[in-house]
Amino acid sequence: MSLLTPSIRPSAVARLNPVAKLAVALIVSCALLLSIDWVSAGVALLLEAVLLIWSGLSARQFWLRTIPVWIAAPMASITTVLYGEDSGALLWQGGFISVTEGSAQLGLAIGLRVLAIGLPGIVLLATTDPTDLADGLAQVLHLPARFVLGGLAGLRLVGMFIEDWHSLTLARRARGVGDGGGVRGAARRFFGPAFALLVISVRRGSKLATAMEARGFGSDEPRTWARPSRVRAADAVLVCLGLMISGIAIAAAVLAGTWSFVLA
Amino acid sequence: MSSTPTRDPQREAAQIRAHGWGWRHAGRHNNAVSGLDLQIHPGERVLLLGASGAGKSTLMHALAGVLGDAEDGEETGSLLIDGRRAAEARGRVGLVLQDPDSQVVLARVGDDVAFGCENLAVPRAEIWPRVRCALAEVGLDLPLDHPTSSLSGGQKQRLALAGVLAMQPGLLLLDEPTANLDPGGVIDVRDAVVRSLEHSGATLIVIEHRVEVWQDVVDRVIVLDPVGGVLADGPTREVLSGQGERLARAGVWVPSRPPRFPTRRPTGRPEALLRAEGLRVGRVPFGRRTASVVARDITLGVHAGTATVVTGANGAGKSTLALTLAGLLAPAGGTLRASSAFADGIGAEPHRWRSRQLLTRIGTVFQDPEHQFLAATVRDDLLIGPRALGLSVAEQTRRVDELMGRLRLDHLADANPFTLSGGEKRRMSVATVLATRPRLLVLDEPTFGQDSRTWQELVGFLAELLDEGTALVAVTHDAQFVSALADEEYRLGAADPIPLGVGAP
Repeated sequence: MSLLTPSIRPSAVARLNPVAKLAVALIVSCALLLSIDWVSAGVALLLEAVLLIWSGLSARQFWLRTIPVWIAAPMASITTVLYGEDSGALLWQGGFISVTEGSAQLGLAIGLRVLAIGLPGIVLLATTDPTDLADGLAQVLHLPARFVLGGLAGLRLVGMFIEDWHSLTLARRARGVGDGGGVRGAARRFFGPAFALLVISVRRGSKLATAMEARGFGSDEPRTWARPSRVRAADAVLVCLGLMISGIAIAAAVLAGTWSFVLA
Repeated sequence: MSSTPTRDPQREAAQIRAHGWGWRHAGRHNNAVSGLDLQIHPGERVLLLGASGAGKSTLMHALAGVLGDAEDGEETGSLLIDGRRAAEARGRVGLVLQDPDSQVVLARVGDDVAFGCENLAVPRAEIWPRVRCALAEVGLDLPLDHPTSSLSGGQKQRLALAGVLAMQPGLLLLDEPTANLDPGGVIDVRDAVVRSLEHSGATLIVIEHRVEVWQDVVDRVIVLDPVGGVLADGPTREVLSGQGERLARAGVWVPSRPPRFPTRRPTGRPEALLRAEGLRVGRVPFGRRTASVVARDITLGVHAGTATVVTGANGAGKSTLALTLAGLLAPAGGTLRASSAFADGIGAEPHRWRSRQLLTRIGTVFQDPEHQFLAATVRDDLLIGPRALGLSVAEQTRRVDELMGRLRLDHLADANPFTLSGGEKRRMSVATVLATRPRLLVLDEPTFGQDSRTWQELVGFLAELLDEGTALVAVTHDAQFVSALADEEYRLGAADPIPLGVGAP
């Protein structure tokens, strides 16, 4: 498994068109950014949790990949509770820190929001092959092939950066400049190889560009696509689900009276 | 294969005609190629030779239509493929380059082969039969969704070839396609080319220093003259015997003129420097904590004035072993100890030595010279080691001047190391290490992709160092290097035998 060929288990979600997944992630994010209240985020998260069961990720994969969100959400939440704008009854006070009903509610709303936006985003991304995404962007959204395929091919070079970096660091040790020198030495040891890596990467990139050009890439002639990227009924269902989740979340918040439009 | 792709009427072997053709790269003073008059008939198989700087690659790039436009350089005369300008003959020409890593475009084998067809707007229904056919021709029996990142160098070159064959070109251009491969990979790639030519009958032009590999495949040899035009042109045997001496001097590996092996005159006693017992070697993968072991149960000794070569198939862990012996990687198990005379007052485990303490003890020459360049000019780079040792300025200058003279780098003192030629980079990477006079020299594939002239210089120089008492550990695939220098050979994972004498070095 690598960055470009992630091990994705065949599942209903993995078979969906990446463009549809991207659309859903955007729809839900936009809807949840319209208001900061705990009801809309909570309802969206609850509905998403039901759908995530079909993501095809194993429990281990799920927790491993979403761990940043599980850390970020409580952090954002606690920070807001402690330092957020105060309103309503004072619950607790200690020095500069004050917890009020208002800041506690805001904290809960922020924490749920991070989860409700982050979890589906990560899960949808984790079940998407970069090559399929590129196919979708070019064939469904008609983004320029040069841009999409150039980016995809460039992504492959990232794995090589890591290898190069490793060799560069070892070479520095071999040449007597691998340790010592305090903070200045440490800075030099980072920026020195960083520059060499830049030179080597630019060289690799231009070689790759030549190889691609030699295979007919980059002309203005029309090209065909070996892998069709189709939008199927299931993709439409997914987008509808995204719209429904957003709609229900907003409706629930309005009915509960917690809706507060951020632009108002 | 289940279905044969329909034959394109365009898929006839291509014809090449150059008339007074020349090219000057933008910003350069001299022409890369000039006054070239040439005719290559459909279906001919040509080996293109010439000293480095004779413009071989420029001609190949021009034929492939990737040389660029008026902004990138200035063209004179005409270069026509089937009567059309090369830049307009899109899809008629397929080019395979030297570096296996920089030609893979996509993440899956099938997609990568299909890439060229897509760009030529081949209908989808026709692409996949072509892909399967091309993969079969180059002998890559892999699922279409096999990740390209897990292929070996030789497999990557065959993949690049398949990607080109799927485009069904009338002209196949190979620019040193096997220079970076081990002997097994060289043969695989050459055989794949031969098979595909029998099938397509396309015209072939191949650049390769190692004449031996291709001499039985091609029927014509063209030698480019660095000062312009063609130096020699004719049937393979005729040119090789008539021009052999001149070609050998220009760095071409001519089978009838093998490089001279140096005579060894050892002076010192073979004192023990390093001892490995049941050593396991491995690297810690990115983001992990424990090393993944690639080779185990290694027991060997390294002695002063003795050359130990490490051989074995790709992936056997040769480079990892070299880096471990060099004190750059910690052993993943077993022991590696320096003799007390070698350690000279510091601990016995090389990987615990400080970077500066390594300088006078172990010098490492990396496979890719670019990885070890640190400064903006050759002179400054060579001064780094002596300066780190705290030598006097006079001594620093003396050592560096002597090395630059000995390795023919003096005229390049102010050049940027990254701008040197392949042979110069290799000599430079050896010089950087020798400036601090280490007692043990560890080299990873020192002769990879080198022309015969650089090879001979390098081997001669290493023999002198050995005679002076320096110990040598070299990882290599190069059978001639082994015959010329090795006192001891350590084979890693001997299960996979390597045919000696073929495609070396």
